[in-house]
Amino acid sequence: MRFLQNYPRFLEIAYEVTHNLLRPFRRWLTRGGRVERFFVRVEKTSKGAIFNCRMCGQCVLHSTGMTCPMNCPKEMRNGPCGGVRPDGRCEIFPTKPCVWVQAWERSQHMPLYGSQMLNVLPPVNRSLHRTSAWINDFTGDAQKVPAGWMP
Amino acid sequence: MDAVTSIKAGSRLERVLRSGRFAVTAELNPPDSADPQAVYDRALVLASVCDGINATDASGANVHMSSVGVCALLTRAGYEPILQVSCRDKNRIAIQGDLLGAAAMGVRNVLCLTGDGVQTGDQPEAKPVFDLDSISLLQTARTLRDGGRFLSGRKLDSPPRLFLGAAENPFAPPHDFRPLRLGKKVQAGADFIQTQYCFDIPRLQEFMRRVRELGLHEKVFILVGVGPLRSAKMADWMRNHVPGVVVPDAIINRLKGAHASRQQAEGKKLCVEIIQQVREIAGVSDAELATLREKKIIG
Repeated sequence: MRFLQNYPRFLEIAYEVTHNLLRPFRRWLTRGGRVERFFVRVEKTSKGAIFNCRMCGQCVLHSTGMTCPMNCPKEMRNGPCGGVRPDGRCEIFPTKPCVWVQAWERSQHMPLYGSQMLNVLPPVNRSLHRTSAWINDFTGDAQKVPAGWMP
Repeated sequence: MDAVTSIKAGSRLERVLRSGRFAVTAELNPPDSADPQAVYDRALVLASVCDGINATDASGANVHMSSVGVCALLTRAGYEPILQVSCRDKNRIAIQGDLLGAAAMGVRNVLCLTGDGVQTGDQPEAKPVFDLDSISLLQTARTLRDGGRFLSGRKLDSPPRLFLGAAENPFAPPHDFRPLRLGKKVQAGADFIQTQYCFDIPRLQEFMRRVRELGLHEKVFILVGVGPLRSAKMADWMRNHVPGVVVPDAIINRLKGAHASRQQAEGKKLCVEIIQQVREIAGVSDAELATLREKKIIG
């Protein structure tokens, strides 16, 4: 399913559609119960197959060119490190393409969310690891920033 | 941004940059030693030619004396250190504590880095942390300084006064994203930027053209990294082993063209030429000498 990542325009529409489909059910989308366990399983399977999802619990795919930044060995959320090789491969794993080189290219084909690449993203909330990003999106947990974070 | 009245940390580096003078900083290789004299010996060579000394934080993921330790020694002796902080080895709790500790020791300049991966160093079996990345680290440092609070929101009794720096590599892909990423760093609080070693002037010129178009050169001081190459062999080694360093073939061929005994002089000449060309690019305020254990060349 990884090939789908090469169709970022399709993926951003799919994201938009999924979000809108789930919205009417948001009052049932709560953490810590059977619904969450179900969602975790669905997300692991679907996002795992397409994005190699690491279940950080706060999906930012639409802000990162529909490319999962948690696949970067440095888990960078705000763009590529300075070590990207001249051929666009990873500093640490020379056989792998840099996640952020791919993210940048894909974001160029995303009229809806492409410009979100320029947003400064807060640090990952590690306490959301292995929880459902879709539920966290509706409860607001995914958007929460540290209390002292200056926008 | 040149106004002396807008001073944020009052460091010597900040004053030199705001006064419009061309500043020079240099990188100090931290010793594999518990002897403070090892730091002072290295600092002595650098101090006569530069406005700030970069203390690296286990660069290349190789352990050396800590950057906080080096900086504390340097401030005691009246030098102007730039504390490098990498996200590789410390989480947000340790980093915020280090920033306060360093500021208490008189450190006024901080360079916020993501850091090289542990796999590039001599202890690849270590746990990589990367709790923050360079940009969230920058914003965290700004939160401490301007917000007077920790990330958690807890108030500080006395906020640190810090001149905040970040790195950028104009020579690594994706090239057209690099100036925009610089913009993100400015947004996150960068007061100055240090670039990776420059051996490719046309690439730097193109990068700076975009930076000027975005108006970023008016919001941040840009320090370009330069360094002498000792030989064609060393240039080739750097290209293959130092993450992010791009040495074009033309440079290596030029060094190869010189006789083995003349290569060091040729490398020095090349470095001087690069510095001259860098100074002519609008928006650049500094050269940053990184020396890779070649301290003798500076003099």
